[in-house]
Amino acid sequence: MSTATETAHHGEHDDHHHHAPAGLKRWLLTTNHKDIGTLYLWFSFIMFLTGGAMAMVIRAELFQPGLQIVDPNFFNQMTTVHGLIMVFGAVMPAFTGLANWLIPMMIGAPDMALPRMNNWSFWILPFAFLILLSSLFMEGGGPAFGWTFYAPLSTTYSSDSTALFVFSVHIMGISSIMGAINVIVTIWNMRAPGMTWMKMPMFVWTWLITAFLLIAVMPVLAGVVTMVLTDKYFGTSFFNAAGGGDPVMFQHIFWFFGHPEVYIMILPAFGIISHIIPTFARKPLFGYASMVYATASIALLSFIVWAHHMFTTGMPVAAEMFFMFATMLISVPTGVKVFNWVATMWRGSMTFEIPMLFAIAFVVLFTIGGLSGLMLAITPVDFQYHDTYFVVAHFHYVLVTGAVFSIMAAAYYWLPKWTGVMYDNTLAKWHFWASLVSVNVLFFPMHFVGLAGMPRRIPDYALQFADFNKWISIGGFAFGLSQLIFLALLIKACRKQGEPATSQVWDGAEGLEWEIPSPAPYHTFDTPPLIK
Amino acid sequence: MAQEEYQKYYVPEQSVWPIVGAVALFLIAVGAGNLTIDITNGNEGYGQWVLLAGIVTLIVMVTGWFRNQIHESMSGLYSDQLGRSYRQGMAWFIFSEVMFFAAFFGALFYARTIAIPWLGGASNNAMTNEVLWPGFEAVWPLLQTPGGIESTQMGWFGLPLVNTMLLLTSSVTCHYAHVGLEQNKRKQLSWMLGLTILLGCVFLGLQVEEYIHAYDIGLTLDSGMYGNTFFLLTGFHGMHVTLGTVILIVLWFRVQKGHFTPDNHFAFQAGSWYWHFVDVVWVMLFFFVYIL
Ligand code: HEM
Ligand SMILES: [Cu+2]
Repeated sequence: MSTATETAHHGEHDDHHHHAPAGLKRWLLTTNHKDIGTLYLWFSFIMFLTGGAMAMVIRAELFQPGLQIVDPNFFNQMTTVHGLIMVFGAVMPAFTGLANWLIPMMIGAPDMALPRMNNWSFWILPFAFLILLSSLFMEGGGPAFGWTFYAPLSTTYSSDSTALFVFSVHIMGISSIMGAINVIVTIWNMRAPGMTWMKMPMFVWTWLITAFLLIAVMPVLAGVVTMVLTDKYFGTSFFNAAGGGDPVMFQHIFWFFGHPEVYIMILPAFGIISHIIPTFARKPLFGYASMVYATASIALLSFIVWAHHMFTTGMPVAAEMFFMFATMLISVPTGVKVFNWVATMWRGSMTFEIPMLFAIAFVVLFTIGGLSGLMLAITPVDFQYHDTYFVVAHFHYVLVTGAVFSIMAAAYYWLPKWTGVMYDNTLAKWHFWASLVSVNVLFFPMHFVGLAGMPRRIPDYALQFADFNKWISIGGFAFGLSQLIFLALLIKACRKQGEPATSQVWDGAEGLEWEIPSPAPYHTFDTPPLIK
Repeated sequence: MAQEEYQKYYVPEQSVWPIVGAVALFLIAVGAGNLTIDITNGNEGYGQWVLLAGIVTLIVMVTGWFRNQIHESMSGLYSDQLGRSYRQGMAWFIFSEVMFFAAFFGALFYARTIAIPWLGGASNNAMTNEVLWPGFEAVWPLLQTPGGIESTQMGWFGLPLVNTMLLLTSSVTCHYAHVGLEQNKRKQLSWMLGLTILLGCVFLGLQVEEYIHAYDIGLTLDSGMYGNTFFLLTGFHGMHVTLGTVILIVLWFRVQKGHFTPDNHFAFQAGSWYWHFVDVVWVMLFFFVYIL
């Protein structure tokens, strides 16, 4: 029984449970890009809530100075696993989920190029996180060395369970690499006739470039965790000066992965925003070609800036200078993007539906994160800011109000296409405004305590920081609670409670995905659309 | 034209193998993790059994998946487009492997050009040397670590040189096997492929011998940066040669069964690419680990 002939008479009818086996088996065995996309998105949301719960523990401890609620070792495990989960479990899988759902629809392909591998990439993830989370319950505790697992914290001073951390990162990496290969091959081979490179939607472009980054750097991560493993358990001394190694070398290898990694988490976000703003400004994207080139230059530059995370390690001055200027250079293409988004809105007939609200919040708040990044890029200044809450503020602006907001914007924007119903607009408004206010209460004061010298990753702090920290914690709890509104909204939408959506959904929306019915049929584009 | 090709696009039916593969990786990760911990603590554990179960599951999964795939391919379900997707997928997979090795080569270069000279007082690190590691001399190979562990150098003449010759030859035979396949000279294909496998096996045998020799002369995994990079680079390379050989053996059996045609042989192509890749890595290794 082959699907080759089946798909031929499938047509594009709406009956999307037709050939899919029902129940658990459907999800375990699926090769359908929409099912897999849904799995990724729900998985990522569950991880988002899990990692969020850990953040609540962190903020509860930091609500007041002094050691209050958890013991310091557990506090460290919380910061570590919070970071790992948010990066590898929430943000990355969310983008992969969006890629699965959207790329085939946007380029007029029937599915991803390698659908079975697609299923494999997804199902590795829950297992990987099961391992990571269960290591928290082992004797000696889970990983407590920060999401950056610097040696010797992760080698000499880490708990027994580190080997499990290492192997779970290995299989997460396998999953990401397979996912990325699938994306590249799909985009390369499966575009509908007429979909030339420079007609490709921005989300597709940004993901293509992200996938290159993933394939280039995930193996380096695998290499560096392997060295941690052998250093800790098998007597090597990669990161130990007594054996001729160097702990600073750890940081070089890690950040060679780590900096491109942060762009892996933001490039697809750029793509999403480049879809939403034109739709609600009712104008085509300003400077499409420059957006493509800017994305590519950001990706290339991201390979030569890694040591801006290491200004205080005592590198030679020439290296400090090089990495300072290279880092500042990245702000140029990033600035091009921000400029283009603003220019797209300029004199548009704008309306402010929820996706647009998130998109505008993204542009403003991400830019704040970019500006604090620029401050951190100035070597002598970073000597003071490094390892303070200023850095925490920076990366939460780019990652929470950047990456996460873009994911939420995407969810609201394409949800009607996925479920066939409009989301509950009241809940959505509550979600947006509550998130917007609380996220700033949460992260903005971190700039101040950081500039004043409050170190990151410490369960206690000097009394002078008490007031700000109280507000930060209040903002944190409020932001956490606001996400429950989102959960309620998502459940409602998945149960198809809401106004039926048209196939166009938004009147300014353009692109192939808006030409198929809502909800999108289980199989789309069995015959390729012609793109003019 | 493009349109026609497109309509033949094949959406594979559901398959159990991916989820089996995910379970396999889970068992391997849990097993390897626990085994590592238990070995270090000197405990008796169950890690090795979980690991074994994982490896067995993985083998079952790979066999089942490939068998399925071969069956589908032989019944003509595949299109040129899918073939292209496979080829590109394989190429990118190999690129990811290149980056994995790059991490270890990077560590080697960093240690040689930066970490070790600095420990010896180079750049502005005179005090590092004098205060922390007095008497340490920065030389490569690092036969005496700052901490005082001593080891012996592994020469490039002898076994390593022989091994280089073996692998280079095997790349040539692999190429001629491919040529044989493309020109439909099945005998040449079969012999050349067999020869490639043989060379691969001899290489692996010699590599084991070399490891034994290394431990005899006191070059071990824990003898500092020189031993670390030596064993991890050659070790990961050896694992890749092993995998490559297994792939070639499977291909050989398929050839005997009459599989592959001059213009439809993705699996063969992928296997041969992989083999050339491990060769190139070896040449790099030979230069940077043994000679220089
Ligand atoms: C204008 C662009 C940017 C510049 C100039 C920049 C610069 C920097 C610098 C210099 C640091 C190191 C600070 C320190 O540790 O002392 C840093 C940290 C960080 N940045 Fe950025 N950044 C930029 C954009 C981004 C983006 C877009 C993301 C992610 C989406 C990001 C994520 C991070 C993260 C996660 C860290 C902290 C890593 C850690 O130590 O845990 N940055 N950034
Ligand atoms: Cu960076």
